[in-house]
Amino acid sequence: MEFIAAYLPSAMTNDATIAQLPLAMPEIILLCMACIVLVVDLFLTDKTRGGTYILSQITLVALIVITTMTFAKQDTIAFNGTFIRDGMGDLLKIFIYIATFAVFLYSKSYLKARDIYKGEYYVLGLFGVLGMMIMVSAQSFLTIYLGLELLSLCMYAMVALQRDSIIASESAMKYFVLGAIASGMLLYGMSMIYGATGSLELSTISSEVAAQQQNIILIFGLVFVVVGVAFKLGAVPFHMWLPDVYQGSPTAVTIFIGSAPKIAAFAMMMRLLVDGLGALHVQWQDMLMIMAIASMAIGNVVAIAQTNLKRMLAYSTISHVGFIMLGVMTATKEGYAASMFYTITYTLMALGAFGMIMLMSRMGFESDKLDDLRGLNHRSPWFAFMMLIFMFSMAGVPPFVGFWAKLQVLKSVVSIDLIWLALIAVIFSIVGAFYYLRVIKLMYFDTPQETSGIEAASDLRLLLSVNGIVVLALGLYPQLIMGIITSVI
Amino acid sequence: MITLTQVLILAAILFSISVAGIFLNRKNLIILLMAIELMLLSVNMNFIAFSYFMDDLAGQVFVFFILTVAAAEAAIGLAILVVLFRNKRTINVDDLNEMKG
Repeated sequence: MEFIAAYLPSAMTNDATIAQLPLAMPEIILLCMACIVLVVDLFLTDKTRGGTYILSQITLVALIVITTMTFAKQDTIAFNGTFIRDGMGDLLKIFIYIATFAVFLYSKSYLKARDIYKGEYYVLGLFGVLGMMIMVSAQSFLTIYLGLELLSLCMYAMVALQRDSIIASESAMKYFVLGAIASGMLLYGMSMIYGATGSLELSTISSEVAAQQQNIILIFGLVFVVVGVAFKLGAVPFHMWLPDVYQGSPTAVTIFIGSAPKIAAFAMMMRLLVDGLGALHVQWQDMLMIMAIASMAIGNVVAIAQTNLKRMLAYSTISHVGFIMLGVMTATKEGYAASMFYTITYTLMALGAFGMIMLMSRMGFESDKLDDLRGLNHRSPWFAFMMLIFMFSMAGVPPFVGFWAKLQVLKSVVSIDLIWLALIAVIFSIVGAFYYLRVIKLMYFDTPQETSGIEAASDLRLLLSVNGIVVLALGLYPQLIMGIITSVI
Repeated sequence: MITLTQVLILAAILFSISVAGIFLNRKNLIILLMAIELMLLSVNMNFIAFSYFMDDLAGQVFVFFILTVAAAEAAIGLAILVVLFRNKRTINVDDLNEMKG
């Protein structure tokens, strides 16, 4: 017995761990609720499936309330240094809940029309949110990896949800293989850094790294970690999965993949590169800079050639990822805040754009071609205007919020005297404006192929309108979010 | 006595084989899944070597988690493979070409 006791944590640390449990309250509640949803769904039929949906939405609303009420005022590291509760994490988590809430609401009628309105979608979604929360709150390599895998495994399964679709299963396979390679690369890098620093905890790693900056093993590990992060974010040259997955998966899954996980990937980049390997910033700055330029170039140029709206938005995502990396690349607080603002506002815009595709789709009609937008203004002027807001915002036209996001990132780049880099970013944004404006041209100046109005559920219409108005309102008052972000970073 | 460097070199060779297996293999998706598994195992080797030579348990604990996750990942990978085979009647890597652009 004594032999075993030597390997067990002592009674005192056990008590301390239990006392720290309330810090992880949102995660614990979500885990319990996801299990409850899983069980409850077994007793529901397709007619009463609404119960699963409502239970999932109640969970997310409860999480928004709980995290807001217990918003962290200072950083607390808990559970033997594997978990951190801080303001940045809480803010990102709240936006993850909001994005997932919107995703579930947007996708309800889409799922119904395609006969994939099943409990699995919601359970996998909720477990995915749990994975994202763990990633956001991770303070050691172990928790980062576990959160990342929990999220990734849920997303692979979600992409393959439409079992009889050839392109969905093909894109699930591609996503799985490339995601697994990314995890492998990330782990290899982590093992090297573990070898060089002797710890898995980011705080210890950070001080160790500062002490031995020229260690070649550290830099070797850093390269693999950056590759892993870039894979997950979808930065060039590790972007090849993104267009296929966006196009191949059902739009209800594309909107999930394209929104909240971007926030989690940003958090992972911040935790790994800034909190953990901050002292090596001279090395990762160059890597991020090259990937950011390549992402903006390839994303914006290739998007012009697309005829599929979902594929076009995938390339547009790649270009936005370039901007997010650009902000982190500056290695200043201002830059981190700008990137965080960009990530959050990009998520809002992506939700709207994919929500629009689902609004226009109906049974047997995906509405994911650019031509399907032709003459939307004649069919529904209000929703054409909403789409115009999202497109202008993504292109970075004032007064929409996308303009402020781009401006903040460019300001932070200029403040570290890289004016040439800011110029390149602006040039590629202008190239990118072409394909966003083409969408607007199709909607307003072309004649519609069909003249019927848009038939969609009223909750979907309401959410899309709210989403558009939020993008506009945040554009008029960017300080609403920017103020909170600068206070937590 | 085996030194740390020797173990690391072996792990690096295994890792390279798995990466080569993923990118060079154009035939069978199952070989691809095996290569992914090999990749995770080579990382495990790295962790165990560091953990043993530094006398730190954290690395070995990490390995347990990686093994568990790898099992879950293999399950999902094979499930997707079955779905794919049902739809396409082939598991040839080169036939995964429905989407272009």
